[in-house]
Amino acid sequence: MNLDLRLPMGLMFSIFGAMLAVYGIVSSRAIYDRSLGINVNLWWGLVLLGFGLVMLGFALRAREAQRAGPGSPTG
Amino acid sequence: MQQIHLGAIDYSILIVYFAFVLGIGWVLRRYVKNSEDFFLSGRSIPTWIAGLAFLSANLGAQEVIGMAASGAKYGMMTSHFYWVGAIPAMVFVGIFMMPFYYGSRARSVPEYLRLRFDEKTRGLNAITFAVMTVFSSGISMYALAKLLELVLGWNFHASVVLSGVIVLAYIFLGGLTSAIYNEVLQFFLIVLGFLPLVLLGLKDVGGWSGLKEKLVPVATGAGYAPGAWSSAWRHLGAAGDNPMGVEWFGMAMGLGFVLSFGYWCTDFLVIQRAMAAKSMTAARRTPLIAAIPKMLFPALVILPGMIAIALHSSRGGLLPVGADGTPNYNLAVPALLAHYLPSGLLGLGLTALMASFMSGMAGNVTAFNTVWTYDIYQSYIRPGQTDAHYLRMGHAATVIGIGLSVAAAYATTRFNNIMDMLQLVFAFVNAPLFATFLLGMFWRRSTGHGAFFGLLTGTGAAAIHHGLTLPQGAVPGLKGGFLGTVLHTYPSEMAQNFWTAIVAWSACFAATIVISLVTRRNKSDEELKGLVYSLTPRLRDHDLVWYKRPAALGVVVLGLTLVLNVIFW
Repeated sequence: MNLDLRLPMGLMFSIFGAMLAVYGIVSSRAIYDRSLGINVNLWWGLVLLGFGLVMLGFALRAREAQRAGPGSPTG
Repeated sequence: MQQIHLGAIDYSILIVYFAFVLGIGWVLRRYVKNSEDFFLSGRSIPTWIAGLAFLSANLGAQEVIGMAASGAKYGMMTSHFYWVGAIPAMVFVGIFMMPFYYGSRARSVPEYLRLRFDEKTRGLNAITFAVMTVFSSGISMYALAKLLELVLGWNFHASVVLSGVIVLAYIFLGGLTSAIYNEVLQFFLIVLGFLPLVLLGLKDVGGWSGLKEKLVPVATGAGYAPGAWSSAWRHLGAAGDNPMGVEWFGMAMGLGFVLSFGYWCTDFLVIQRAMAAKSMTAARRTPLIAAIPKMLFPALVILPGMIAIALHSSRGGLLPVGADGTPNYNLAVPALLAHYLPSGLLGLGLTALMASFMSGMAGNVTAFNTVWTYDIYQSYIRPGQTDAHYLRMGHAATVIGIGLSVAAAYATTRFNNIMDMLQLVFAFVNAPLFATFLLGMFWRRSTGHGAFFGLLTGTGAAAIHHGLTLPQGAVPGLKGGFLGTVLHTYPSEMAQNFWTAIVAWSACFAATIVISLVTRRNKSDEELKGLVYSLTPRLRDHDLVWYKRPAALGVVVLGLTLVLNVIFW
């Protein structure tokens, strides 16, 4: 299969992570009363961003490897 | 429970998710050139993707909502659906059955039955399976739309149409590959979307030990031993000691052996994911790879239910209470979402719920279009057409399958009883299946007549058992006892279901053996090569590293599951 799933997946989670983290920074503290006072948007956003970037990293590395040595299997 | 209000950030997350799901379908459309690409992904799916899709296709919204509801209603015992039910069955199908499914080059489970037994056995399985998948996707569509209406105030019709159209679009474009790729995406979304909920809930109740403490009044209040909600096995000695109303034998045999093996080892919805894998070893490893996250899933789907009931009893008012005084367990997950998650993560949690619904529905639709096209249309309606013709039929069947699901969803709103009855009939049909496959794969003497009439006997036995028994406190009718006399009363509906399954399996097993012995074999040893254990050359995988060998993986998975059972004994 020629689509490396890690690419769209990494992209999607990076976007989610960035959205949540930014929202966590700009949103008012009051909404975090229900989440036990933790700014969950910021922290979980960073977790998702990390996850997404790692996925993207793997996908790009596989792509590099494929370009370097044609025929080597990926995914 | 108050309605949840979504902010702009929540809707944005949902929209980004829809865009990616559709985008994946759009990119993959280029790779669909023939019917094998559309229905079986050209048998080219990498192992880890097939494994996670195997798991995710089963992870419908009903699993997420239903397992949390059971967690609230029965507590830790719900884990048996995983640690006694699913995991051993997944190991079995990977190690022992996949060699025949994949090795036979059958394109579907019903097609395997034709190769192994005969046309009528295939026909019976194909038709019941096709009807069942359409109805179950319709029923879960209904459940989701109702839930969204209740907690978000979304329009029922809009939810049905929107979810149907999106699933339709991405399967239509990219076929099974698109469904599988999206299932993997949905798998990660479900895990990462629900995990913060579990972590916050656990922190709030004071970790596992705090949760155990808070579950004591839940158990004693219902008249059980203090630990009844937080231990898996300790209270299984007698049916009266636990909220499920089941004793260990009914649990291990009914749920563990008959129902779980029947589902994971014969249901084309999941088997299709392994059949699409790129090689025999990949196909065999598919369910084993799926088993590893599967064994941790109770933390994600059962724990929220337990947390919800603990909070409900200690602080009060988390779950809406019905007229009869019992809380609405089905709202455990939505209630926790509303309780803990602020705008932002709330959108992620709801997107995860939508994702679980879509993965379940796509699983049903892709299994339906394949069985319809290969096993019904190509076999009985228009055989001998070109491959392009069947590919077109596959596209049409996707549209029809979704259309029928929507119709079933609307039928559910109007005729709730008919749906309950259908589900009961499906249960009767499914219960004996594993006996047929077990004998087919491991006993070469079993015959086509034996399999077909054995299945009918099993289904009949299930109906008779159900018709002569009743769960405690129920009135005769759909719940059982419809044959006039009630010979036995079970402590709970679940106990009755488990025993119905045990009776159906045993009747099918015995009848298949007896009928096979008195009928002539319809397949020669030569024809059964690759389809039956004793006539198939052993697979050699000594050239693989140990952790890539299916048998070694299976042992590791079973060992870890045993440890989990002991920890939460």
